[in-house]
Amino acid sequence: MTQLFLGAAAALLVLALAYLYRLAAGPSAFDRILGLSGFTSNITLVLVLTGVVFGRLDMFVDIALGYALLSFVGVIAAARYFERLPEK
Amino acid sequence: MAVLVGAVLLAGLFFHVVAGVGVLRLPDFYTRLHALSKADTMGTLLVLSAVALAEGASLTAVKVIFIAVFFFLGNPAAAHAIARAARRAGLAPWRAGREAGR
Repeated sequence: MTQLFLGAAAALLVLALAYLYRLAAGPSAFDRILGLSGFTSNITLVLVLTGVVFGRLDMFVDIALGYALLSFVGVIAAARYFERLPEK
Repeated sequence: MAVLVGAVLLAGLFFHVVAGVGVLRLPDFYTRLHALSKADTMGTLLVLSAVALAEGASLTAVKVIFIAVFFFLGNPAAAHAIARAARRAGLAPWRAGREAGR
């Protein structure tokens, strides 16, 4: 079971590279915000799965929760900020 | 139980792969957001459900479920905020046969 969760965490980390690409190369600022949103949700899952693999889920779940809340606030703040500026 | 956990986890990974491919391959911002917001929310819910199932009934499982509920509410709200910001900033939707953006 631990092997399965470890493999899932590795797969999610590889998938996070796709969001990192969109974050670095997105044509518009909104593409970058979108990449950030997907990246942080992937990393939240990787944190939870890391907790399962290490047998310390009680600790890692709090870290993941804080990370998810902060990323949500960050995405909303960035979206509100770029709403006011003309695009590019 | 192990089979159920594995099945739910793999289903969640499948949705995440779909979201990642969509974000990489689709032609413009709105279609990428379309791929990301729904598939990513579903995949996150399934993966967190698998973790909660493997954990069993405990406070930690409740916290994992809380993260899942937060994603279920927050991810679509964030997607809506980004899409509305892009629309107000004047990013035009993609149409067939035309270049993306503007």
